[in-house]
Amino acid sequence: MPRAGERRSPEELARNFAEAPPLGPSEALFEASRCLYCFDAPCTRACPTGIDVPRFIRQLLHRDEIGAAKTILGANIFGGSCARACPTEVLCEGACVDRLLSGGPIPIGRLQRLACDSAEGVSFFEPGPPTGKKVAIVGAGPAGLSCAHELRRLGHDVTVFEGRSLPGGLDTHGVAAYKLSTDFVLAEIERICAIGIDLRLNHPVTPAGLRELLNEFDSVFLGIGLGRTLPLGIEGEDLAGVWESLDFIDQTRVRPFEECEVGREVIVIGGGNTAIDVATAARRLGAEKVTIAYRRDEASMPAFAFEYDLAKGDGVRFEWFAAPLRIVGEDGAARGVEFARTRLDESGQLQMIPESNFILPADMVVKALGQGPLVEWLEALPGLEHRAGRIVAEATTGATSIAGLFAGGDCLRKGGEVVDAVQDGKVAAKGIDARLKARMGRASDSQ
Amino acid sequence: MPDLSVEFRGVKAPNPFWLASAPPTNSEYQVRRAFDAGWGGAVWKTLGFEPIVNVSSRYGAIDFEGRKVVGLNNIELITDRTLDVNLAEIARVKKAHPKHALFVSLMVESRREAWHEIVKRTQDAGADGIELNFGCPHGMSERGMGSAVGQVPEYARMITGWAKEVATVPVMVKLTPNVADVTAIGRAAVEGGADALSLINTINSVMGVDLETLAPKPSVGGYGSHGGYCGPAVKPIALNMVSSLAKDPRVGVPISGIGGIETWQDAAEFLLLGAGSVQVCTAVMHRGFRIVDGLIDGLSGWMRSKGFGRIGDFAGKSVPRLKPWGELDLNYKVVAEIDQAKCIHCGLCYVACEDGCHQSIRWEREPAQVGIRPGVGDGSLNVFTIEQDSCVGCNMCSLVCPVEGCIAMKPVDRGLAPMSWNQYQAMLAEERVAKIEPPGHA
Repeated sequence: MPRAGERRSPEELARNFAEAPPLGPSEALFEASRCLYCFDAPCTRACPTGIDVPRFIRQLLHRDEIGAAKTILGANIFGGSCARACPTEVLCEGACVDRLLSGGPIPIGRLQRLACDSAEGVSFFEPGPPTGKKVAIVGAGPAGLSCAHELRRLGHDVTVFEGRSLPGGLDTHGVAAYKLSTDFVLAEIERICAIGIDLRLNHPVTPAGLRELLNEFDSVFLGIGLGRTLPLGIEGEDLAGVWESLDFIDQTRVRPFEECEVGREVIVIGGGNTAIDVATAARRLGAEKVTIAYRRDEASMPAFAFEYDLAKGDGVRFEWFAAPLRIVGEDGAARGVEFARTRLDESGQLQMIPESNFILPADMVVKALGQGPLVEWLEALPGLEHRAGRIVAEATTGATSIAGLFAGGDCLRKGGEVVDAVQDGKVAAKGIDARLKARMGRASDSQ
Repeated sequence: MPDLSVEFRGVKAPNPFWLASAPPTNSEYQVRRAFDAGWGGAVWKTLGFEPIVNVSSRYGAIDFEGRKVVGLNNIELITDRTLDVNLAEIARVKKAHPKHALFVSLMVESRREAWHEIVKRTQDAGADGIELNFGCPHGMSERGMGSAVGQVPEYARMITGWAKEVATVPVMVKLTPNVADVTAIGRAAVEGGADALSLINTINSVMGVDLETLAPKPSVGGYGSHGGYCGPAVKPIALNMVSSLAKDPRVGVPISGIGGIETWQDAAEFLLLGAGSVQVCTAVMHRGFRIVDGLIDGLSGWMRSKGFGRIGDFAGKSVPRLKPWGELDLNYKVVAEIDQAKCIHCGLCYVACEDGCHQSIRWEREPAQVGIRPGVGDGSLNVFTIEQDSCVGCNMCSLVCPVEGCIAMKPVDRGLAPMSWNQYQAMLAEERVAKIEPPGHA
């Protein structure tokens, strides 16, 4: 569709999607000085990758930015991305005891960003002594690359197969552009791969291809994420101007902002963090009116409170108790959405109110119901246990029901954070390493 | 409003807050600004016969984890202006501010005639009193002045005597802390006729090394020199020296307390431990003369709350509370208690006790209702409690606790009569008491 909405200059668009300014040196020292250096720190326990937060903040306080970066990246090789994309308010900063002391947490995410940015160009990690073992990684998202990096540190050869033309998975294609720039992500991945990861882009792996990899490599890690955005299952989804949330966000990550498509009046259907990302991006691209329509009430909305506040600050409107019935079209293009008004009955069940239908006009409708699982792909692998499209893997090793096949990231769950995927990759690397070492041990025993 | 005025060896001042002989008292302009701001007195920056020549840079500071200037050092010397200019300005200040105390610090070569001349000229200019600078540890000491005099009791006694031979105003001797026993110097000055003492002057110091250039701090073209250290970090050293002189029956003269005074509490502590006035420098160098408002208000408020109408009502009151260690009660016992309602679960008390003290805090993880909230990182909350049986009452946990009033040290009645170490030794010798068992964890 042609660009609608207000025209914005490239400079204005760049400003709208610019990262928050970094902490200045004095601000950083002040904030770092507030950290109590808790024992068995709640922030560290709240971090899926277990970054030793008090330690890196103390290193910053004592002006060892490089040491701080090493502390962070040793636990989370995507420390730079996570500093920007993590919902810190509900992770490390949510657990910070300074909230009880001063009312506000230490800005851990921003301090982490400063540390990681200070160490740009410094290489901390070297490949371990070669083991002669080869591991294939399917999917160059945070889970796959985290696993790959960890395996290289342990001395294994690693080849990463990525179906798309850019690495990074959702880090590149799915995180809101104002949080994370694609240039940053690609530079971070280049640093990660510098340890000696063989990254093969434009190399999709089919289920049959995976079986070959299992024969060819000593172990395989599957980090393929999830599938497309779930359909609404209503009339009009094929109209022009109807978008899936990930496609909408992806364009802001891989195209110049002035070439991104946006409507004049945009309706986003869903109540999660992705709906917020879409709505704020649409506003920042120039949409005049952006409405998030959600079936339930404000309190039930799954989006984090700080994301909701951000959307309100961007002038996004909210339509509560609105269940979409059909997308209204004209000449093959979306013109609006017809909703039924809902209510919660006494038992908390959602009910549609009869004869309550109403139409909201829109020239762009974005579906943000979350991603569906890759059920068919997984079904094509005999013996792979999954539950409704989520691969079943051992929590401590990432091992799946197929010998030699490990998995991590969003293909294990409903959709997590980058930091969860990174941790899955680490866990699976340890699981793979243990398996390979055990086999090497047996091989040397038999010699 | 309590009466803050003091009379210090006959010299009256509207309050005990004086400026120490230092850069803030370098000129008429500064001292008048200070008096206008509310300072009760000042000691003019040290005069000599000839202006000295200074280096650049001159100051170095210790910052501690985000707080600036918790310690300051300088390698500046005495006045770099002529004696005539200084004396003329002193006369004008005294005329404009007759009710403020104005002492003048002096330092000349160790010649009787030299001291006679400068003392006479200074008191002729209208100074209320004279302070003999026997303290500066840098620059002048290498020329046989400052702490070179103040470190040798005989010299201190002799030069004080020379000043007293001609002085018609009180002579106060400023002591250096760079000695093994400050009371020996204090006694010598009093024997030489000192009317009052002031201390401490700065502590000899090297501030650090620039890790980029490897030059000492402060740096003069890549080189450094030892200098005088002051600021909040030196206060406890000063309190010990002030109180030991205040306790000494062979001293018995008024003391002007100096060393790291930043707050009204600091001032109150110096006064309680034997000072009759206090002198401030670093705090003013850091934040300006305007801080005196807070000092006056804070001290007045505290005096009112304690029922003290005048400075004399509490000055020196804590001196008798300082005793030799051997006279402290071995049977007095406190134990720590954590107020769980106030605890923020940082664990600083625990790690301090566990690694540095007596392993008397229990650490347990309690399951929490919510996965993540302040203090809860992974569905559990760290809970810390004192093992009161093994707690020795050392204070450390309460010192590191960041929450006001969260850890209290509570006295425990052990049903034992007070017994000091000295009494214990005597009673042991007479077999009137059993040997005290080592604590449980020893």
